[in-house]
Amino acid sequence: MCGIAGIIHRDGAANIGAELTKMLQSMKHRGPDSTGYALYGPSDDMIVIRFVLAEPGEAGGMHMEERLERNRQEVESRLAKIGADVATMQSETGYAFRATVRYSGELKPLADYLEDVPGCEVLSLGNSLEIVKDLGDAETVDGQYRLGEFTGTHGIGHVRMATESDVDLASAHPYWAYPFADVAVVHNGQLTNYHYWRRRLERAGHRFQSECDSEIIAVYLAEKLQSGVELETAMKESLDDFDGVFTYVCVTGNQLGFCKDEMAAKPLVLFESEDMVVVATEEIAIRALVGREVDTRDPYEREVKVWQV
Amino acid sequence: MSAGSKSGISYDARGLAEPDAVAPMTAEIDGDSARIDATDLTTRQINLELRRLIYVENIHNVTVANPGSKHSLGVGILKRCNITFEGSPGWFACGLIDGPIVKIDGRVGWSCAENMMSGAVVVERGAGSLTGAALRGGDLVFKGDVGARTGIDQKGGTIIVQGNVGINTGFMMQRGRQIICGNAGHNMGDSMYDGAIYVGGKIASLGVDCVPGDWTDADTELINRKFALYDLGTPPPFEKFVCGKQLHNYDALEPSEKKLVI
Repeated sequence: MCGIAGIIHRDGAANIGAELTKMLQSMKHRGPDSTGYALYGPSDDMIVIRFVLAEPGEAGGMHMEERLERNRQEVESRLAKIGADVATMQSETGYAFRATVRYSGELKPLADYLEDVPGCEVLSLGNSLEIVKDLGDAETVDGQYRLGEFTGTHGIGHVRMATESDVDLASAHPYWAYPFADVAVVHNGQLTNYHYWRRRLERAGHRFQSECDSEIIAVYLAEKLQSGVELETAMKESLDDFDGVFTYVCVTGNQLGFCKDEMAAKPLVLFESEDMVVVATEEIAIRALVGREVDTRDPYEREVKVWQV
Repeated sequence: MSAGSKSGISYDARGLAEPDAVAPMTAEIDGDSARIDATDLTTRQINLELRRLIYVENIHNVTVANPGSKHSLGVGILKRCNITFEGSPGWFACGLIDGPIVKIDGRVGWSCAENMMSGAVVVERGAGSLTGAALRGGDLVFKGDVGARTGIDQKGGTIIVQGNVGINTGFMMQRGRQIICGNAGHNMGDSMYDGAIYVGGKIASLGVDCVPGDWTDADTELINRKFALYDLGTPPPFEKFVCGKQLHNYDALEPSEKKLVI
């Protein structure tokens, strides 16, 4: 099942953390296992790194506190060695961290170097993208990470009902398009040619954090973006390249778009106003955000649409 | 009346606990009419209140204000009455109804009026996918666009759409009528068994065994009557599509006869 949501503000930054929480909580029935956010804050010269050093279930284990601290120090040490000047390093949970760094090198070696630290998984890297995901419903995750305070222009979210992989952070959405900055995806559906695309992208040098088919979409799109293809074109090409039933939403530093497969088998409702564009699996999520009757529509099969910030 | 657990706590479709899943008795009753403000009510409370008003109080005209897209509203009402939703009732609205005349001043989500048996549902805007799935009787009217698989497995009744419809409209339709004023998506009428689909706009493609049908006076009469009944203005020119009856399931030969033919 799963539920996806996205917001893009046309008139400047807003409290998108709290807004997405309202939407995702209203769709809790579509996926209570985990909740995730990809939020875009103000862009500046700093790189924001969101990473975890353990799965939530491991965090309370024996000697885990010392191990987490040791590994956190190792991450800081590696950041220094690779030339990333750490400005801040925070953790709300003990196992999930947010770091801001000054860094001008390639992102792939940075991500790979950090992920060599035991238990480390980089959730997102970019100038404005921050991916936060954890087990539980939206209000739980929002409370843990204080997302109600997050201000930004656009973002996406996902509530997950685990069907084809584990209930863990690695399988939770959104997916960052490793190693490309500021690209993330949420997806509702199944890609039936997942293994084909995974092998093909792995041969091209990409690595995957999970066994989840949705991760393919993020990397597939980011690769096309890097080769100069426009996001809308890349999403349209995905309609022919991916088999299965799917609706996904992709965000970059300045764009948000959705793509609906040729069977229109997975729901999506769209609301557009002068101030914002909102997409969600169910209209109840849009109602939870705007709080009144609004004119919405269901996009049709093979429909792709992209908005700019 | 609630389907509670042993603990007495029941849950609505969103997993929210409803320890007091009884009719909230909050409707304002005025003679033969009643009004429910659904703002602070859950799906189950709204439906319980509807049932109380219609079955116990014998109210004939019920208005539900602020339905808030809460899903599964107005389902299973098996009595002639008038129900008005002032706003969107969300997904699965008015499923399995038999008799009510429902007016929805908004749009509906997926699966509106599934398995409806009789009555009418008139929606002032559009609808999501799977609209009128397995419809058995009555009229479904939409004044906007409707999503994919409209009238899938339809077994009777009439679906009228003033806008466009998506892919696989009338898939495996078995009886009934669809009157589509706008355009239809790919695979229209795929594998239909019977019934008729009238289309006023363009069709992206016909499905397997869906073919143009011969127009009769009965078709004109049906369309004019339905448009007049629901005050839909002058009907546009339509093309009619029916089942070509060439698929294997129309092969009337017994297995032993088939062997001889082969």
